[in-house]
Formats: sequence, C-alpha cells, structure tokens
Amino acid sequence: MTTILFIEQVLNGLQFGVMLFLMAAGLTLVFGVMGLINLAHGSLYMIGAFAAATVSAATGNFVLGLVAALAAAAMAGAVVEIAVIRRLYRRDHLDQVLATFALILIFSEGTRWVFGSFPLYLDIPEMLSGPVTLPGGIEYPVYRLFIIVMGLAVAALLFWLIARTRLGIQIRAGEADREMIAALGIDISKLYTVVFALGAALAGMAGALVGAIQSVEVGMGEPVLILAFVTIIIGGIGSIKGAFVGALLVGLIDTLGRTMLPLVFGSFMADASAATTVGSALASMLIYILMAGVLIARPQGLFGAAA
Amino acid sequence: MRRETIINAALAIGLLAIPLWAHVTGEIFTITLSTRVAILALAAVGLNLALGLGGLISFGHAAYFGLGGYAMGILAFHAQNYDPIFTWPFVFAGTKQMLVIWVVALIVSGLAAFVIGMLTLRTSGAYFIMATLAFGQMLYYLFVSWPKYGGEDGMSIYLRNDFPGVNTLDPIQFFLICYVLLMLGIFVSWRIARSPFGLALQASRQNAERVETVGITPFRIRLAAFVISGMITGLAGALMADLNRFVGPTMFSWQTSGEIMILVILGGVARLYGPVAGAALFILLEHWLGGVSDYWLAFVGALLLLVVLFARGGLIGSLAGREVAHD
Amino acid sequence: MTEPVLEIRHVHKNFGALRASHDINLTLLPGEIHALIGPNGAGKSTLIKQIAGNLRPDAGEIRFLGQDVTELDTVSRARMGLGRSFQISSVIPEFTVLQNVVLALQGAQGTSYHFFRAVLKDRETTAKAREAAERVGLGDRLAVWAQDLSHGERRKLEIAMALALEPKAFLLDEPMAGMGTEGAAEMTRFLDQLRHEAPILLVEHDMDAVFSLADRISVLDYGEIIATGTVEEIRTNPEVRRAYLGEDEEAV
Repeated sequence: MTTILFIEQVLNGLQFGVMLFLMAAGLTLVFGVMGLINLAHGSLYMIGAFAAATVSAATGNFVLGLVAALAAAAMAGAVVEIAVIRRLYRRDHLDQVLATFALILIFSEGTRWVFGSFPLYLDIPEMLSGPVTLPGGIEYPVYRLFIIVMGLAVAALLFWLIARTRLGIQIRAGEADREMIAALGIDISKLYTVVFALGAALAGMAGALVGAIQSVEVGMGEPVLILAFVTIIIGGIGSIKGAFVGALLVGLIDTLGRTMLPLVFGSFMADASAATTVGSALASMLIYILMAGVLIARPQGLFGAAA
Repeated sequence: MRRETIINAALAIGLLAIPLWAHVTGEIFTITLSTRVAILALAAVGLNLALGLGGLISFGHAAYFGLGGYAMGILAFHAQNYDPIFTWPFVFAGTKQMLVIWVVALIVSGLAAFVIGMLTLRTSGAYFIMATLAFGQMLYYLFVSWPKYGGEDGMSIYLRNDFPGVNTLDPIQFFLICYVLLMLGIFVSWRIARSPFGLALQASRQNAERVETVGITPFRIRLAAFVISGMITGLAGALMADLNRFVGPTMFSWQTSGEIMILVILGGVARLYGPVAGAALFILLEHWLGGVSDYWLAFVGALLLLVVLFARGGLIGSLAGREVAHD
Repeated sequence: MTEPVLEIRHVHKNFGALRASHDINLTLLPGEIHALIGPNGAGKSTLIKQIAGNLRPDAGEIRFLGQDVTELDTVSRARMGLGRSFQISSVIPEFTVLQNVVLALQGAQGTSYHFFRAVLKDRETTAKAREAAERVGLGDRLAVWAQDLSHGERRKLEIAMALALEPKAFLLDEPMAGMGTEGAAEMTRFLDQLRHEAPILLVEHDMDAVFSLADRISVLDYGEIIATGTVEEIRTNPEVRRAYLGEDEEAV
C-alpha cells in the first residue's frame, strides 16, 4: 500500500471519527446528565439530513441547509423531550429503551410518509467541491477536509462550553449530583430540555454533513447510532473526552481495517478472492472486537469512572 | 382458577384451533400467519426468560435468531448443492433433517450467547443494552460481508427440510411442528421459573447484593439464563428460516431485536403466555394495519409508546390484573 | 486458648488521604457476641465490607475458620458460613417471606443450578425455611411479599435469611436500627440465644443492647480500634469516654 493511499485512509478515518463524535457526544451528555439511554438519537441525525437536503434544494444554499438541519434537529429534540422523554427519566432502562424505540418507528415511518422511500441527495456546495492538493502531493476532497475541520471545531467548542460557561457548570453539576442542581436553584426541567436539544442539534449537524457524501434516506441513522454506542462503550459512558477518543479510534480502525485487512490477507493467502472475503469479513468485525477487548480489560470504558 | 390461567388456556387453544379451522376451510394464508405467530412467540419466550425473569435487557436477541436461521440455511444449502461443509475428519454434506438442524441451531446460538454473555454481563444497565445491540450488529455485518452464503441478498432453500413421518410442505403439519415446539418452550420456561435456578435468577434481578451474601454468584446465574434464552430464540430462528425457505442478514438486524422485544412487552413482561399474546397481537396489527397503511409500523410505535407510558403490564397485565404467579 | 472463628490482622484501607481502616486487629471467639461501636464515620461500614468481602483491604489479613479468606469474594465467604445482615434492610422485595428464606437455603445447599425441580414443592427445604422464619417470629407471615412487611419484620427476615445459611459466624450490621423500644428488646433476647449457635460480630448504635449483650466491645474511632475489652473496661476507659461516649454520656 502506498503512503499516499494510507494517508488518504487516515483522513477518511478522521472524518468518520469526528462524525461519530458528534453523535456520541450528544448521547453521552444526555446519559451523563439525565441518566437516559436514547435509541431515537439516530432519528435526530436523520431529521438533520432531511432538513438540510430539503432546504438546500429549495434555496440552493448549503449554509442555509446546514442551519435548517441544526434548527430542525434541535426543535425536534426539544419537542420530543417535552412530550415524551421527560416522563422517562424516573423510569428504568427498559422503559427508556422501549419508548425511544417506539420513537424510532414513529420518526422513520413518518419520514417515509412525508418524503417517500426514495433517497434524497444533498449537493456539496461549489466552494467545497473538488479535490485539494495537500502537502506531499496528496489529492483529497475539500468537502471531507471541511467535515474534519468542522467536527474538530465543534468538539473544541463543546469542551469550552462544558469547561467554561454557566451551562457547562450546570451540566457538570447535573452529572455529579442530581439533587445538587436543584439546591443550586437551577431550573432542572429547562436544563434537561436544553441539554437534550443540544445533543439533538449535534446529531442533526452530523446527519447534514454526512448527507452530502451519502444518500439521505430513512434508516440512515441507526447504523450510526449503533457505532456511537460502540464508541461510548469504548470511551466510557458520560465522558465527552471518552467519546472523542473512542470516536477517533472507531473511525480510524474501521476505515483502515477495511482497506488494509484484505491486503494483509492477500499477502500470504494464495487465493486472492478468499483473502478479500476473509479480510473484509474480519474488517467488518474489527471495532466490535476492540469493544470486546475493552469490555474484558476495562468494563467501565477507557475514560469511564470506575463503578 | 386464576384469571391468568384461563387467559393462558384460551391463548393455547385459540392458537391451535384457528389454523385447524383454517385447514378445514382451506385458508392457507391463515395457517401461515398462525405459524408465524407460533415461531415469533417462541423467539419471545426465549427473550422473556432473560428479560422478564432475569431483568437482562438484551437488545441483541436477533443474533441468536439469525444464527438459528443461518444454521438451517447453511446446512440445507450444502445439502441441496451436494457441496460438503467439511471433508475432514469425515465427510459432512450438510443435512435436510430438521432434527439435526435444530440441534445445530441450539448449539450454535447457545455458544454465541455464552461468548456474548461472558462479555456483556460484566456490565449492567445502559452498557449492557448498548453492548448486546452492538454484538447483534456485528453478526449482521459479518453475514452481509460473507458472499458464500448470499451476502446482503441472503439465500433461498428450495424445499422445506424433512421431519420423520411428517409432510413438512403441508402447511398445517408444519404449523403443528412449530406449535409443539412453542408449547415445549413454554413448558421449559414455566419449569425454570419455579425452579431453584429461577428463584435465584429472579432474585438476582431484584437485589444482586443480597444474592451474593447467601452464597450465589449472580453473574453465573445470569449467564446460564442468557444461554438458555439465546438457545430458545435460536431454535425459533431455524423454524422461521424453514417457514420462509429463506435466510437473510435482516434476521440479524437491530429491528429484529426490537421486534422480539416488542412482542414480550406487548404481551406482558415475565408473563408465561405474554410472548404468545404479544406475537398474536403483533401479527394481527401487521395484518390489519398493514392493509390500511404502508406505514403501519408508525402505529405500532404509537401503541408501544402508550403501553410503556400508561399500561406497563402489557396485554395480559391489563386483562389479568397485577398479580403474578407465586406458587 | 480457643481458636478464633474470625480474625482480622493488621488490616489497612485508605481512600485517597482518608484512613478508613488503620491497623485493625479483631477476633471473634466461639460463643461470644463481640460488639463493634464507634461514632458515625469511624470506619465501621468499611470494616464490615472488608470482612464480608465487598472491599479488599490494602494490607493485612482476614482469617475465617482458620483459613486466609482475604482474597475470597463475598460469595465464597458466604458459602463458608459467614451469615450477614445489612444496615439498610436488604431482602428480595417481590418475593414472599418463604421464598426469601428458601433462596438463602439453596445458596447454602448449592442447589441453584437445578432447572427443573419446583423449588417450593421441596418439602425438606420449605420445612427448614419455615423453621427459620418461625424462629424470628415470622411464622404467620410466610406468604406475605417482603416489600409489604413492616420495617421491623424486614429486619427479622434478614436475620432469618442469615439463620438459614446455618452460619459459622454472624455479621450483623445494626439489626436494631429503627426497631422501636419493644422490637429492640425482642431482638436483644433473640440475639442472646443466637450466640449459642454461632458467634456474632455486632455493629450497633443501640447502647442498651450493646451493653446488655456484648461479651467484648471494640471501639473504632478515625479508622483505628482505640480499645477492646469487656463492658466494664470499655465503660471506664478514659480514651473511649473522650473519643466517643463523651458526646453521648447521658445515653449511657
């Protein structure tokens, strides 16, 4: 494998990783602050993608699409939190899983009803289309670089928000001790709605950004949701830092595994097609094997608090 | 007699009587629907053991359902193509015998449940849910990327497998096979619920620390329950594959896991016949709502949401009241 | 000298800078009630957890029935015969009294992997369970769900579960807590009898009970045992009075 191909794959892995981070960050925030496991997080990702595709197709403006994605996902998040989710905080995990699974069904079928079963396409804006030549002569799509930069910027913003702002203090207080935030005179139900909407907006943004390089369709959210779960198990639940490290690990290992394992097996197996088969089958399992390793060595995750 | 016992009897008799009557009147489709109910109920009986008695919220039971399905698919695929699965130390050409297929399905899904259980039962709460979901997805991707057995498209088995003395292609006879296995599954879970093991399992759900202080290890109890649970669901997968004469990776999908869980919840968690009630309700909804709207799953979602928020006992809970068997 | 049933040797446990257990030495002899007292935060719970196997000591040794059990977990210690009750009642809420006691029995018998036998149809086991329940005065409450029991009854159920294990030693964490005067007196009489079956390490705040029951008392303060002795010795020990009884002298 050439160095150029390798670097390209590393960049692809980074791009995948930062997207996963946007998903995992919202999930882990909501779990950390409210103790809620939310399966419908993938639906918010889908809503972001659909909003972006619809608005940018209507206006011809990608930025407007992106803004619409953030707004639509945040609004959907806030509405769902107020209508359903807040009844679940005191319930056990089974009820949370079932109710949010029910929400997936409602959102998915509802979207199918409005938009039909055919995928939508979100065009990459002119400014960001085409390749750019990186130092070392590597050609790489501008849009993917843009995603990496956006993802990293949002990650930095999120770390700043949690470390430095008033909302961040409230979030950390909520994670440490749910009784305490009431004692501090914080309006808990408002805080919960805001945190949930924030997580939803992050998911919606991920959906919109990825929507331009994949098709926008019903059911696009759940595979990403499950990868975000893998990320959280690896990183440790409730930890933004864990989500960040976990997401980059999953993104890089999955992407590199898929290109490299077939090559690795090809180097010593006589039958080329068998090597590709075994290599790609194994590659599809790689991150789950990593997750299994973490479950054995550190069941609370790399950055999770010890139980 | 307790009310729940009467409901259970009605469900058992109803599930038998409807297809028999359909057989007499020649309504094949009703027999097929009933067979689906029996098979899905069996899958849910498996999950109910882990979820209802053990409180283990597995969102990855599709793994065992799929493995059971592929156990059938792979064995029959090799048999129908005269392509031996392995030739050493002896030639094994695959098989079309249901009895052999079931044993393989039970073993494979039991082994998978053992390995996945060993890993996931080290965690609890939200971690356990996410980890079981993830391992289910892992198997989904594994079979999608395995072209020999159909990859994304799955594979068809042209003729239904054989059972000694039964014409399995006759819908009513195949239904009866599934029905007997369902009743066996219910019997097993009934005995387990009342056994010392069942007591320890239910106690581990409610207060694991207390269970430890009387000298029982909750982890092992849960693992054993998880394995039995996976095996029963795996057997159901093998039957479903035979009903459809087709296996595909969607058997492993997270939607399948969710559906098996819905059956348990709609029927009533930890109720002996909850899975039967849930499966019957689900198939009826699919049949009725599916006729009204292509988006019928949205209505199932709304119903599920209402059950979770307002009617936690499920169907049998609403009909039989809160009391749970304690004999 | 008789061999102690339970022996704690030089046990240390720190949580960061907090010295929860510092060089603890303690023995429990056959037939005795050894009370462990000390103000809140003295490290009683930490010590109990280390004895029961929930926490591992940083250093030191815990011996039970002449065997080093420091590395064994809760389950193994329970199976060796360490019968424990919890400070906050810990029973199986959706089980009946009988089921709770049967669970404890099957733990002791190691029959938890019988999958097909109906557990409550086993006459021998249920008879034993009934007997244990009757001994603590729950004989007429067998079919009641544990979550519907009164606070005092739940405490009794815990003792019955410990009894069912036929333990070699009891580890009772505040069995009188919240019992009321009459209940506490009843429990005192019961524990007085119980010591003939197996020695009791008793953590208790009820000083009347401690002084009337204990053969020996150890006083824990800031993670250290500052005194061990008979009731009289402890009553008159100046260090104990200063550290512990001083603030509470009226009650003594």
